[in-house]
Amino acid sequence: MSDHEYTPKSKFGKWFNDRLPLLTLANHLTDYPTPKNLNYWWTFGGILTFCLITQIVTGLVLAMHYIAHADMAFDSVEHIMRDVNYGWLIRYIHANGASMFFLAVYIHIFRSLFYGSYKAPREIIWIIGIIIYLLMMAAAFMGYVLPWGQMSFWGATVITNLFSAIPLVGEGIVTWLWGGYSVDNPTLTRFFTLHYLIPFLILGLVVLHIWALHIPGNNNPVGIDIKKPSKDTVPFHPYIVIKDGFALLMFMIVFAFFVFYTPNILGHADNYIEADPLVTPAHIVPEWYLLPFYAILRSVPDKLLGVVAMLSAIFILAALPWLDTSKIRSAVFRPLYRQFYWILVADVLILGYVGAMPAEGLYLLVARIATAYYFLHFLVILPVLGFKERTLPLPLSITEPVLGGSPNLAAAKKKVSLNS
Amino acid sequence: MKNFFRILFLISLLIGFQYNSNAAEKVEYLKTDWSFKGLFGKFDRAALQRGYQVYTEVCSSCHSMKYLSYRNLAEKGGPEFSEEQAKAIAASFEVKDGPNADGDMFTRPGKLSDKFVMPYENKKAAQAANGGAYPPDMSVLVKARGGGVDYIYSLLQGYEDPPPGVTLDDGVYYNKYMYGNKIKMANQLSDGLVEYSDGTNATVEQMSKDVTTFLMWAAEPHLESRHQMGFKAIVYLIILTILVYFSMKKIWSRIKTEV
Amino acid sequence: MSEKKTNRRDFLFTATYAVGAVGVGATIWPMIDQMNPDASVKALASTEVDVSTVTPGKTITVLWRGKPVFIRRRTQDEIAEARLVKLEDLKHPEKDEDRAKDPEWLVMLGVCTHLGCVPLDQKGDYNGWFCPCHGSHYDISGRIRKGPAPTNMEIPKYEFVNSNTIKIG
Repeated sequence: MSDHEYTPKSKFGKWFNDRLPLLTLANHLTDYPTPKNLNYWWTFGGILTFCLITQIVTGLVLAMHYIAHADMAFDSVEHIMRDVNYGWLIRYIHANGASMFFLAVYIHIFRSLFYGSYKAPREIIWIIGIIIYLLMMAAAFMGYVLPWGQMSFWGATVITNLFSAIPLVGEGIVTWLWGGYSVDNPTLTRFFTLHYLIPFLILGLVVLHIWALHIPGNNNPVGIDIKKPSKDTVPFHPYIVIKDGFALLMFMIVFAFFVFYTPNILGHADNYIEADPLVTPAHIVPEWYLLPFYAILRSVPDKLLGVVAMLSAIFILAALPWLDTSKIRSAVFRPLYRQFYWILVADVLILGYVGAMPAEGLYLLVARIATAYYFLHFLVILPVLGFKERTLPLPLSITEPVLGGSPNLAAAKKKVSLNS
Repeated sequence: MKNFFRILFLISLLIGFQYNSNAAEKVEYLKTDWSFKGLFGKFDRAALQRGYQVYTEVCSSCHSMKYLSYRNLAEKGGPEFSEEQAKAIAASFEVKDGPNADGDMFTRPGKLSDKFVMPYENKKAAQAANGGAYPPDMSVLVKARGGGVDYIYSLLQGYEDPPPGVTLDDGVYYNKYMYGNKIKMANQLSDGLVEYSDGTNATVEQMSKDVTTFLMWAAEPHLESRHQMGFKAIVYLIILTILVYFSMKKIWSRIKTEV
Repeated sequence: MSEKKTNRRDFLFTATYAVGAVGVGATIWPMIDQMNPDASVKALASTEVDVSTVTPGKTITVLWRGKPVFIRRRTQDEIAEARLVKLEDLKHPEKDEDRAKDPEWLVMLGVCTHLGCVPLDQKGDYNGWFCPCHGSHYDISGRIRKGPAPTNMEIPKYEFVNSNTIKIG
């Protein structure tokens, strides 16, 4: 991993490092050569690490007071909110932290899409990332069930019923998931167990994600390979650490605003009503970060095909390194892709919007068009674009001018700096 | 820096989404000035105390508040009754306790540590006594309704004669702010219904505002400390962000490149 | 680089570190404080005990704040025995008069001061209590006489509401 041999200065350090090379690891992490032209979109990796740690720490604290029992879960959450010292703060951080986590992960994913970070030789990083994203959705969904409010209960009912779409064994699987004939106490306790477990799985995958990143090194806004270490790179510490720290603090200001001033705006009012198996809320809406997929699910008029479409929408991302046939990574040098990229962003936002609306009339029509476009983008536009698109000439290095001094250089440079 | 404005834009979109999805059923609620809104929002103590009076004298005959204890009435950030007043309030209620040494349940005067006494033994009893409709527990009612305080405030003043063409069953009333306009709770408030000890004129509007303020506190008892801590936290974060920004500029000035 | 410039840079970094450290501390505190007794636990006030059925020579055990409290109605012999003990014979000298305001009634936390077990009534070498965990012997005033416990059993705050009711706490 390291590009040069590291020897600790102190005698004890050397003795220890010969037995367990933690100091070599620390040295690798601090000296890790990072492209110096990374813009702020690259700070979200660090922000996501912060989000994960925050969720784990606040989650551990909540688990000390929460009671995973259908009769007591709602009461124990109110106990946390009212009586536990700083309980309200810790719960609001955890609840809003989930939203902030997803906000950051979406920016992280769309950064990757824009700059082609998923392309060779970074496919494994990308696929691990998709697994992390899937686990995040599972953790978020199960976490939302724990307060045992109306949305918890009915969300759990609706999502677990998705499995009943599977032919032949579907019903059996749903009963197995529930541990009964409806969502009830056995479901709650197993969701709590899994909700506790998943973050640690994510933590392990994050280590792999970073390990896989440190083999080829970071992609960068220009998207070309760089020599490392060279004058194109800076050591991770202190340059990237302080920059990530700055971005993290900006992020935390937004986070704090949610926690302290609008702690419930991202949740749903119905979840402050205790679960009642006899009454379904008027609109069942998942949390905002799942809405695009919810829209895809509802836009297909067939139960099984709807589930298939929704899952495909996620799994198609894992095939992205091979669906995108272009050899050029960064959208900065791909004028056509850049436009399709922004159309995709708009498409996903539209899907999110119609996902929150009732599935009828115009909303349903829009949802269907947006769903169709989503798949069109990945299955048709991206593969074809790689062959048809006339890309801009690439510079030799991130600091040196383009070979031959193309007239497009100025425009390309400008684009890069705009994004930084 | 530009990117942060883009991110802020995305976040405002996000909030817009959420706002839209929560307000799928759009009604114009009555507006009033809430003292607890805003960066430094605090409860109006007198309104909380009056609101508690309205709750006890009017609402509590049907609506429970099972997550509140009498001690909360004396806690900081709430109605802030004196400890003596709160004790007296608690003692004015008969609390079921037990079993005693003989295995029997008995009643005794309430203590500060007791939860608010519930009007009914359980949900079924509450339904049976109210024509099948369960009067919801009021502890977190404000947070459990999409429109929040504005909704509750409006609902209490929203009783009208049904418009022509709308027929109401027995025990169902017309309220223009209720979801579907049909409500099983009759109009409870009328001018002068309670007699405020501080001499405030007990109009329907005044009582609605007071009791809604009280319910907001009941749902968010730590609202005041949340606002105070939030302001400190954000000021702190801004200061640290500025320091880190200049540190970053210094560090990056060692190499010739823009951050 | 001039010396002045170095100082200013150092100051900036020091200030950033210091302000950052304050924030980390302020963030950690709620995570620690949440494990302290919460508001509902702190509010658990007193317990009132009806002692009308306790005859001389009998002990009842009641629960207060999750711990056992022994309430013993002592016989005249026991009172005499407790009061005769010389202070210099005691490991933790306390007069029986100070431990039992009303000599007939001994109200104490039934928790061994060694490691927190509940001692057995009417056992041990001193006619009082005996802790089975590590063999501490207490006398009829709940004072430690033999064994590893360092101090006498604790007397909680209590009062007689009327002749039949004791309020603990």
